[in-house]
Amino acid sequence: MLKYIVKRLLLLIPVLFGISLFVFLVLHLFTADPAAMMLGQHATAEQVAALREELGFNKPLYVQFGIFLSQIVQGDFGRSLMTRAPVTDELLTRFPATVELAVAAMLIATVVGVTIGVISAVKQYSIFDYLSMVGALLGVSMPIFWLGLMLIILFSVTLGWLPVSGRIAVGMEPTAITHFYLLDSLLTGNWEAFKSALSHLILPAVALASYSMAIIARMTRSTMLEVIRQDYIRTARSKGLAESVVVFKHALRNALIPVTTVIGLQMGSLLGGAVLTETVFSWPGIGSFIVNAILAGDFPVVQGGVIMVATIFVVVNLIVDILYAYLDPRIKYS
Amino acid sequence: MTQTLLQVKDLKTHFFLEDGVVPAVDGVSFHLNRGETLAVVGESGSGKSITATSIMRLIPNPPGRIVGGEILFNGEDLLKKTEKEMRAIRGNRISMIFQEPMTSLNPVFRVGHQIAESLMVHQGLNKQEALEKSIEMLRLTGIPSPEKRAHDFPHQMSGGMRQRVMIAMALCCRPELLIADEPTTALDVTIQAQILDLMLELKEQLGTAIIMITHDLAVVAEVADRAVVMYCGKLVEEAPVLELFDNPLHPYTRGLLKSIPHINDNQERLYMIEGMVPALTNLPPGCSFAPRCPEARPRCHVERPSLKEVSPGRRVSCWLHEGGVR
Repeated sequence: MLKYIVKRLLLLIPVLFGISLFVFLVLHLFTADPAAMMLGQHATAEQVAALREELGFNKPLYVQFGIFLSQIVQGDFGRSLMTRAPVTDELLTRFPATVELAVAAMLIATVVGVTIGVISAVKQYSIFDYLSMVGALLGVSMPIFWLGLMLIILFSVTLGWLPVSGRIAVGMEPTAITHFYLLDSLLTGNWEAFKSALSHLILPAVALASYSMAIIARMTRSTMLEVIRQDYIRTARSKGLAESVVVFKHALRNALIPVTTVIGLQMGSLLGGAVLTETVFSWPGIGSFIVNAILAGDFPVVQGGVIMVATIFVVVNLIVDILYAYLDPRIKYS
Repeated sequence: MTQTLLQVKDLKTHFFLEDGVVPAVDGVSFHLNRGETLAVVGESGSGKSITATSIMRLIPNPPGRIVGGEILFNGEDLLKKTEKEMRAIRGNRISMIFQEPMTSLNPVFRVGHQIAESLMVHQGLNKQEALEKSIEMLRLTGIPSPEKRAHDFPHQMSGGMRQRVMIAMALCCRPELLIADEPTTALDVTIQAQILDLMLELKEQLGTAIIMITHDLAVVAEVADRAVVMYCGKLVEEAPVLELFDNPLHPYTRGLLKSIPHINDNQERLYMIEGMVPALTNLPPGCSFAPRCPEARPRCHVERPSLKEVSPGRRVSCWLHEGGVR
């Protein structure tokens, strides 16, 4: 098992190399001259040339890529063209906000999605089944930003129940321990901060979760329907087990194996979806930061941000594969 | 305590499908005494498995439903029990073994735990006690080093081993009745014999009555005291096993017995019953077997015979025997 994990971690190297190359090329081949962009429209040609020289933009592409690679290996993604601060620091300060949002969305998507899927499968062709599958169809069809705006209009503007945007009310930030506001406010016993952070989190998390929730619900339903017809489910019933034990222990444990793959992949799309959601809800995470960087042509930030998100995605998938071995004893890694 | 353990009276289990109602079990009656082994014989689709599943009240609903009859177990009608009362009976007083040992065990749980589950539910043992007892049961079924094997997952065992696990699971609460639905069909012939021996041995030890569902007449001859023959959801003949083999009364039973190959025979072709089993949605008006019966008379095609006692312990449903044994 350990050998397998090491092997998979080593495999990350070519994957990340490929991602870096792709991101680097896309940005360098398709973006306008960043030096000119940074200096603004009133800069002279000499000033632009001097800045290009300073930032190394006049070197051949492969040299630039070599420098870029050697820097990112050391965790250095360069400096933001806008703020002049190191990209790594900029990303790391925004990272907890994104993780908090993504984890909250994942929890909602998994718990609600699996529950809906199980009930739909057990009560196949019932009203609940039809309604939830129509809901799931809507969930996969609705664009996140549109759903986000609708939620804001309904719950924030019209009903006034939840705040429109941001991560917490201004000045309420709890003492930083983990940088996750919900955790920090709990750890410091700061209930006001917890309530504020939670109320800010609900809408973006629900908006972000909707797509994954729909996918997970549909997947759970179909695998449960398959599993529930298996011989070992009949065996479980013939043992005199209660129906809840049959469904939630014997059937769900088997149905979760394929669902776990989907959950892992959804974690990736949650990080992608976070870009839109964070923008709509002005959530101060990596997503909205990358969007601003793209609009401003701040390519070191875009490079760093994309590579970071891609790395998380690959690592999450590795964790899912390892979870498999726990869920399905027939799988052995060597 | 009475001698009769189980009495099935006029059991009707129908399946309500889009193309019509399938009377999978249609008015079946038989009884089983304590400690006795009864074989239920018939081709695929004759309703023998559905009869067994009906006794367990595990018919998938929809589409299936028990629409009539009584199943008296120790004099109490199982069809009148609540689901909760049935759960206390399943796996405890009536257990079942299935045909497919490869797929009948849950792949994600260790076999010891799967046996222990029954013991925890029915006997209120804690996890440790239940596991110890399930190791004991595995030992009883002849699995070598059961302490280790209890921690195996099903995929680490062979088919014969898994069937032993199923037997251990079915018998761990010492049920009064064991329903074995083709328990040896999926196994090699040598393993078949071992499993049958094991079942008979445990039956002697625990005093369990067995309903052995099979299409294999060799199995019937080896294990059963009495046999009932089913065709198209109905009972066509009932007899003590020796009498059934010596003097089968129903033409269908005779056909079945004739189709067993004998080692001394020099036949080029095996005997087979002509024709096909009719669709249950479209049964002939008379005897269901009449279209295939070599001895059918005009009456057989229009009037349905009923099960009549022809001698003590022998019943047959055939117009040929209306006036007693020929």
